[in-house]
Amino acid sequence: MYTGFYEEIHEEFREVVREFVAREVTPHYQAWESAHMMDRSLWLAAAENGLLGLAVDEEHGGMGLGDYRFRMILDEELARADALAVSLALHLHDDWVLPALLKFGSAEQQAAWLPRFMDGSFVSSVAFTEPGAGSDLRAVRTKAVKNDDGGWTLDGQKTFIGNGISGDGALVLARTDGSDVRQRGSESSFSLFLVEKRDNPGYQPGRQLEKMGLKASDTAELFFAGVQIPHANLIGEQGRGLDYAKAILPQGRLGIATSAAAITAEVLRQTLSYVAQRQTFGQAVSEYQNTRFQLAELQVGLEATQRYVAATVDAFNAGELDLVTASKAKLFASERAKASVDACLQLHGGYGYILDYPVAQAYLAVRLLTIFGGTSEILKETIAAELG
Amino acid sequence: MVNAPLHIITLVKWVPDAQLERRYNAEGRIDRAEGVLSELDEYPLEAALQLREAAADREVRVTALTMGPAGASTAAKKALQIGADDAYQLTDEALIGADIWASSVALKAAVETVAGAGEFDSGEPEYLVLTGMASEEGESGAIPAQLAERLGAHVVTYATGLELTPDRLVVTRSGGTESQKVAVAMPAVVSVTDQANDPRYPNFKAIMAAKKKPLTRLSLADIGLRAEEVTARVRVLSTTARPPRTAGEIITDEGDAGLKVVEFLAKERLL
Repeated sequence: MYTGFYEEIHEEFREVVREFVAREVTPHYQAWESAHMMDRSLWLAAAENGLLGLAVDEEHGGMGLGDYRFRMILDEELARADALAVSLALHLHDDWVLPALLKFGSAEQQAAWLPRFMDGSFVSSVAFTEPGAGSDLRAVRTKAVKNDDGGWTLDGQKTFIGNGISGDGALVLARTDGSDVRQRGSESSFSLFLVEKRDNPGYQPGRQLEKMGLKASDTAELFFAGVQIPHANLIGEQGRGLDYAKAILPQGRLGIATSAAAITAEVLRQTLSYVAQRQTFGQAVSEYQNTRFQLAELQVGLEATQRYVAATVDAFNAGELDLVTASKAKLFASERAKASVDACLQLHGGYGYILDYPVAQAYLAVRLLTIFGGTSEILKETIAAELG
Repeated sequence: MVNAPLHIITLVKWVPDAQLERRYNAEGRIDRAEGVLSELDEYPLEAALQLREAAADREVRVTALTMGPAGASTAAKKALQIGADDAYQLTDEALIGADIWASSVALKAAVETVAGAGEFDSGEPEYLVLTGMASEEGESGAIPAQLAERLGAHVVTYATGLELTPDRLVVTRSGGTESQKVAVAMPAVVSVTDQANDPRYPNFKAIMAAKKKPLTRLSLADIGLRAEEVTARVRVLSTTARPPRTAGEIITDEGDAGLKVVEFLAKERLL
């Protein structure tokens, strides 16, 4: 980000993160990419350094770092180390699942689970999407039926679930009103559950889905067959699941916007260095007017993104970030990231197409950003709806 | 508590970052405008923290002591973040350019001042000074012995392991060809090698907590010394930076690379 955006305390936090990344991420990242899975040691080390569950308050053993700039530093440092899949895994945990628990979990649920969100013993997934229900959550078919003892029995299938194989449980959106799952549900047809994999044989991850990028992050289908959920794992009230899912969207989308800005900045930095040292026809690529014009445009685009994202972060920190504002920032930042990384790849020439080069990895990673957490098209619908 | 409390004073030095190019000032001394906590001093600090953690039935305090210009407080702060209980910084204009002799005189007085200042709940403390195996920029490795001599303390160098028994510190040290175990009574000065442990690094909670820990500045007067008592005995006549390495010779393999490597090694009299 630009000078003045962070304060001294954030820079101190950055030192911790940089050390953590150098020691615990970089030496293993290639192995994780090959295995399509991060080792639990990553989560334990992140926990040891206080990097999980940043927003958890002191009462529950956290540090109450709700200021989103702390989360951004993690993204910046992971981008700097070309470890974007770690960023994604942490986003799912801290920006999608944790907020549901912080906003809507009961005191008992928070006391029981928040410590586990921070100590690396509960790695979480967000399980909303299904083969037939992505942007349209009212098409979710997974259903939970109430048992006599007050608990629930869960049946259904989810897909594109990050941390799905390596994780310990998921925030599941399921139909709880007994309605016909072949029909779209109503606003009150759904509920949210925190479902644990442990001791739940009906909870089975499917095969690893082969993503085009971000390979170190495991992504899978989830199958639920007679999964038993204790009543205590229902988040908030029955029938309010869609409301809750919408309420956590602003933070999820903010996180994608800020990651997009971080990746754009890092790839541009790497590109500046590449074109300065790459020689063609007896001069550095950076000396061509085409390169200079492109870099100038990319820089202006980056700064515009950063200022826009910063304003969105300010709104979040003030507790005022609404869905439309977050959607606008995500739309702009993710589309810019896609275009900018594409242009940077072009400036790398043939090397840009080689996966050993971070720009190629970033190109594959940013492609997700205009899809995940609300496609650009859905975001435009959301934004347009407010325009009337 | 049956055992006397133990005050571990760890010497930590603020040195130029070894990853950056070293610069010299007009007096031929290292430019100390910027620096970091010497990596070699993280090992004695870690050893001190491990001794503190292992001593369930003994009050142990870990103090970091640094000597250096204003910026050296960074090293003391880093030590507090890593886990020292408190820290002292000895800083005085008269110490600029201090050689080994002057440094050990100043450090002796500083250690005695710091050891005398500590208040313990469980009685009169014994003290133990831990140092790195050498400083990263001076690399004399002579401070531990000189300091121990001046303090009238036992000295053990190149420790790779430390263990407290009720009345002794048992130190494993690596000699050239063998490993020894020696036991010393307090007070003692022990230099710790980079093979001794795997130093921890601070998490954010520790960094925040360190802001509340005491960091005390000491001048020469505070430790009862006058400027003329720390005059350097060694005078720097000139300093010349080592010439940069010349570019190597690249052998492209055209089927005869092995032969060319052998010829090169023979030419350099390495075979």
